[in-house]
Formats: sequence, C-alpha cells, structure tokens
Amino acid sequence: MTKLIIVSIGPASSVQDGGRHGAQRYGLTPSGAMDRLGLAAANTLLGNAPFAAAVEIGPFGTAFRARGGAVRVALAGATRNADIAGRLVAFDTSMTIPDGETLTLGFAKGGAFSYLAIEGGITGEPMFGSLAVNARAGLGSPYQRPLQAGDELPAMAASGTPERRIELPQTASGSIRVLLGPQDDEFADEARQLFLGSEWKISPTSDRMGYRLEGPVIKHLHGHNIVSDGTVDGSIQVPGNGAPIVLMPDRGTTGGYPKIATVISADLGRLAQTTAGTGFRFKAIGMVEAQAEAKKFVQLLRALPDCLRGIESMQLNVEALHDANVAGHAVSAVDADTWHTSI
Amino acid sequence: MEATLHPPRLLPSGDSAITVEFSGHIDDAANRRVLALDRAVSAAPIAGVTETVPTYRSLLVHYDPCQIAFETLGEKLLALAKVPAPPNAKTKHWRVPVTYGGENGIDLEHVARTLNTTPDEIVARHVAGDYRVAMIGFTPGWSYLSGLEKFLHMPRRQNPRILTPPGTVSIGGVQTGIQCLAGPSGWHLIGRTPMRTYHLHRKPIFLLEPGDRISFFAIDEKRFAEQDKAAEHGDPVAELMTS
Repeated sequence: MTKLIIVSIGPASSVQDGGRHGAQRYGLTPSGAMDRLGLAAANTLLGNAPFAAAVEIGPFGTAFRARGGAVRVALAGATRNADIAGRLVAFDTSMTIPDGETLTLGFAKGGAFSYLAIEGGITGEPMFGSLAVNARAGLGSPYQRPLQAGDELPAMAASGTPERRIELPQTASGSIRVLLGPQDDEFADEARQLFLGSEWKISPTSDRMGYRLEGPVIKHLHGHNIVSDGTVDGSIQVPGNGAPIVLMPDRGTTGGYPKIATVISADLGRLAQTTAGTGFRFKAIGMVEAQAEAKKFVQLLRALPDCLRGIESMQLNVEALHDANVAGHAVSAVDADTWHTSI
Repeated sequence: MEATLHPPRLLPSGDSAITVEFSGHIDDAANRRVLALDRAVSAAPIAGVTETVPTYRSLLVHYDPCQIAFETLGEKLLALAKVPAPPNAKTKHWRVPVTYGGENGIDLEHVARTLNTTPDEIVARHVAGDYRVAMIGFTPGWSYLSGLEKFLHMPRRQNPRILTPPGTVSIGGVQTGIQCLAGPSGWHLIGRTPMRTYHLHRKPIFLLEPGDRISFFAIDEKRFAEQDKAAEHGDPVAELMTS
C-alpha cells in the first residue's frame, strides 16, 4: 500500500481540516487549520476539496518519505527550503515524491505553519465530520495526537497528473482588523485606545489554543472576571494580568475573561502566520466592512482553482529569476522562498 | 395579551457570531431565557445559523455572514426572545452517583473547615440540592450547574490546579459542576462521579444537555470502582428519573 512516512517532525504538527462544528454546546472545540488559505491552497493544487484534511506543519523542519509507490503532494502556507532527494522544490506547487525518496523541509520562514496536502486527501474516520486532531478530547484520525516520527499516512498512488503551481491573489496586509466587542464596555476609552494604538508582539508561549500578546497592560474597568460565555476563533480575551490572548481554533468553547475585540475571519489566518517577536497593530473596523471582508475571503477561497497555472510557466519565471539576478536584485536560485516574492 | 419580556443585548462576536445577552451576572431567570431562545432557534431554524452555544446568561449564535447579515439575524433573534417560550418537554432528570471526600475529593475537609461545619454536613447539603445544567463548556462535557444553595458558596482557589482528575465534582463560587476530562481547575474538589458526560464510544456521546435537571447521591469508593468500570464500557451509570 502506498503511504507517506513521517521521517522527522517538530512539535505543533498535526492533521487538520476545516474543523468540527456543531458540538460547541457540549464543550467540544472546532479545531481545524490555523491558516485556512494555506490549507485551501495546498488542497486546490491537487484537486482536493479546499478544506480536506492535510498535514499542518509547525515551525520546525520536517521530512516525509514515500513508500510503496510514488506519492503526489502539494505545499503551501509559510514557505521553507524544500527538496526531494536534493532537488529543490518550490512552495505553492504540487510535486510527486518518487517511491523511497524523501521530501525535506527546513524551518518556516516568514510564517509559522505550512500545509502539506496529499493527492486524494488524508483517509481516516471522521468524528463529528472532521479528522482534525483534538488530543484532549481524544479526537483525530488516523492519529488522536500531534504527528510523530514513524507515523504513516495512507496515500493513493500518484495519478501522474501534470504538476501545477498556484498564483495566490493579493490579500490584505498591514494591521490585523478587529471588531470591538463583545465586552469592550468592560474597558475604559483609554484602555481601548491603548489596545488599538499600540504595537503588539506574539509571545513564544503561544499555541493552537491561543496567541498570547506582548505589549502594554490593558486594564479592566470592573475587574477581570465575567460570567463565562461563548468564545469564537479570534476572540481577544484580557485576563487578570492585562496581557491579551487571541483565541485560536483549539480554544476553550467558553471563557470567563472579558473579550475586548474579535479578529475578523478574513485576517485570522494572517495573524496565525505572524511569527513570535514580529510587531503588528490592530485596527478596528465596522460590522458592514467586516462582513464584506468575510464574503470576499470566502469568494477568494472558492476562486482558488482559477489561480492554478501549469508548471511550464514557472520555467519562464526561472528565466525571469535569472534576469533579476543579472539585474543585481537579491534573488537566490537555491532559496525557493524568493522565487515568488521577488518576481 | 402576553407580557413582552425585556429585550436582550446583541453583542457582536466577530463577523460570524452574535452574543445574545440576557443579564450581566449569573441569574436563574436569565439562564431560563437563554435555554428558551436556544430551543426556539432549534425549533424554527434560521437560514445561515450554523450552531448555538447556550451559557449562563447569553446565547452565542454562530452564523455564516454569506447567508445572513448581522442586522437581519439580530432582528430575528430579538423577535424570538420577546415571546415567553413554553417549558421544555424533553428535560431529563438525572441522579448522579458521587463518592465524596478522601482521595476523590481532596478539598472536602478544607471546604467544611472554611464554612465552619463538618464534611458530612457539606455532603448532606450537596446531595439535597436540585440543580440544572446551566451550560456545558470549556472542555468536552464540563457541566456547570446552577442551584447551589448559598451556604455552600465558596470563592475559587487563588491558585488553580494544573491537573484535576476526570469526573471531578467541585464547587466554584456560586456554582457546582461536573468535569469530564482531566484538566486544570480552580474549583474546590469535593468528590468524583464515575459518570462520563462525554464518552466517544457510547451513544449518546454527550450524556447531558443544557437545561437537564441533576441531583447527586453518595456512593462509597468500592461502588465507585465498580461503576467506573461499567461507565468505561458505555454504561451511563447515572440514573434517569421519570418525572
């Protein structure tokens, strides 16, 4: 049987998909990919459904080996140096790993999570409609825990479909947009201004449950305990120490700290890909604009198949890459990361 | 003519959820209205609503902004919240076995000392209570109960414990609760139940529903061990009352 073997993998790497919905009323968190666009791009390259299960790879280096036949995969999300048996391969492309060969990935650059989709998707037994790992609840398939070296993911034999690349459309950049609330009235004007006017950094202690923020102390108006109520992906709660935490897909379904604001759904993946120590700001927008952005983001995901290109046009880009080098720009032929950022 | 109830507050929770808030604090009447609105939404589904999460004093309504706008959904929810809902015919009443004190309830003596009474008195009062599942949240099956008598109210611990055992029955502030999985807790641990509120290989996977009535009865450690095994194999262990 054809499979993909995990040769080595760092922490925070697990099978994720669009998440599991409908049981938050029982305390079951949705989980799912931290960066939906990265997941959808990797899947689209292989003709999979956009939110099919794929490997979400944390910041560290990883290696996968094909066994029992060639395995066709695609890479998207945070870029890394990548090679198959020493041959460089690029992100945002599909590729076939020959039987017995190894795809080796370096550290994530300019992001935290990369996505490796497998042609035909990952097969497993969905629970509540999802294969996503939720270790605490004992959920996930084929493994109910983050991936480890030696794990095996069943794969279909590579179809031989011509490889493709995806030209991702420009998405928003700059400030992470939020809607104030639901408990912004638990903070004085000055605290809200401090929250919106300051530069924030993501603490290295962040994980799939929450991103802890480093910056000024945000003081509460009436103390830090509220009656526990429901949370969403992107809820920004402010605990007693005044250091906000952005709740991510493995969050608790309810929480007892006031939530000053909520990251809009279109910007959550961008926040997830912000590396620890990188400064960023929040910007408050109105409901009408936030909902327009949510729709635009969904349309962007739906239109991803239109962004697929043949791999031949990439060879043209290699020409362009050469030209760029001649022109003296800082483009490295051995660094796949600069291929699409510099052309 | 039916009395119109005071309207809840609509609080945006991002672009894909609305918090419908009935009260600022833990309040039995507010919780009944939350559960009533939850039933009303499930009885007459609104296109675009994907999931609802009832909590003590608010209902979180998740929706798809591509299908329904905040304003439109808000109006529909306000209209539903205006009408007093009929009582829930499907409310279940569970009798839940608990072994109190000892290794399974390491804070029972401390609670008794703090409240100036004996562990037996704490147990007697706890089993005498008539509770309701006000909400389930935080981690799978963690059931927050309302109806704890005032005598047993006790502020949470200053330092939450990192790991508390599965099935723990505890007191935190004005609430008592049943946690299903091992995990952190700042509440006072008075006992353990063999009942699994969440069990993947049982039908139903989640035993309790928000709104269910709960009462407790004391069992000894030997009975706990037996029932724990039975529960592991899918026995609900808790007794369903016909009421």
